[in-house]
Amino acid sequence: MSGRVLVGVKRVIDYAVKIRVKPDRTGVVTDGVKHSMNPFCEIAVEEAVKLKEKKLVKEVVAVSCGPQQVQETIRTALAMGADRGIHVEVSGKDYETLGPLQVSKIFAALAKKEQADLIILGKQAIDDDCNQTGQMTAALLDWPQGTFASEVSFEADKLKVVREIDGGLETIKINLPAVVTADLRLNTPRYATLPNIMKAKKKKIANVKPADLGVDVCSRLEVLKVDEPPQRQAGVKVETVEDLVGKLKEAGRV
Amino acid sequence: MANSLRAEVVQLYKTLLFLGREYPKGADYFRDRLRAAFAKNKDVSDPEKIKELISRGEFVVKELEALYYLRKYRALKKRYY
Repeated sequence: MSGRVLVGVKRVIDYAVKIRVKPDRTGVVTDGVKHSMNPFCEIAVEEAVKLKEKKLVKEVVAVSCGPQQVQETIRTALAMGADRGIHVEVSGKDYETLGPLQVSKIFAALAKKEQADLIILGKQAIDDDCNQTGQMTAALLDWPQGTFASEVSFEADKLKVVREIDGGLETIKINLPAVVTADLRLNTPRYATLPNIMKAKKKKIANVKPADLGVDVCSRLEVLKVDEPPQRQAGVKVETVEDLVGKLKEAGRV
Repeated sequence: MANSLRAEVVQLYKTLLFLGREYPKGADYFRDRLRAAFAKNKDVSDPEKIKELISRGEFVVKELEALYYLRKYRALKKRYY
């Protein structure tokens, strides 16, 4: 039990920004657009830091995959309380096609290398909405997983996770080491204050390449096209029920 | 005596400036109002009053943090249930 927690953070387009599709329909405009940490990843970092403050784990390591700019995201995680960061360098074409499978392979390799006991991830990223990385990582490592966690606690040697499922809340007990993915109501992420950001500049961020971990990042998926959702048509107001039935018949729906 | 308070005031101003970058009505709007508010109280020299104004500023910091958190939580709850 080395008491080490790996937290995955992703640099995504800020949640409040209005997304625009590129004119050539191959993707979304990302140049010059405000980026920040995925909100679910913030919740994951907060949970890891809370566990460290309760002295249940010893070290929190923030990990992110991407080009140079993700270092800002790792610094934010360090300012929130992580001890050190690992930047897995993936740039250019590889970054554009980086998907949950490649990221989960990277995480699995890192977890073995760093001998982590717990991996906490956000449940999904707000840009691709895959909701796959946590589950894939658990499968690759053959670790139990507690996904959509709204409450995490340690009980003796196991982890008690309260999950948010369609029917309500499900409580499960899983062995360590495990993978947990954070849902919205797990906790309230703290705001990184200026003094903490200054302190975070002194914390180390290690640089790793996927090849060093023995991971092949080529993707088996190809994006064919990206389109905006269809524009909402204006509604039509009718006076009487007969009008409504007439309009429905016109539209061929009755 | 007034010098240590000066350091606190400057730190408060920097914190508010940093938080104001994400203000929904615009960072410039926030920055102008912040400068006006601090300039209005420029001549206060009574340490008691200064401490009271500093605590008012810290209250605004907490309010801003709550505002940002609620905004994000509500947006995400609407999108992701």
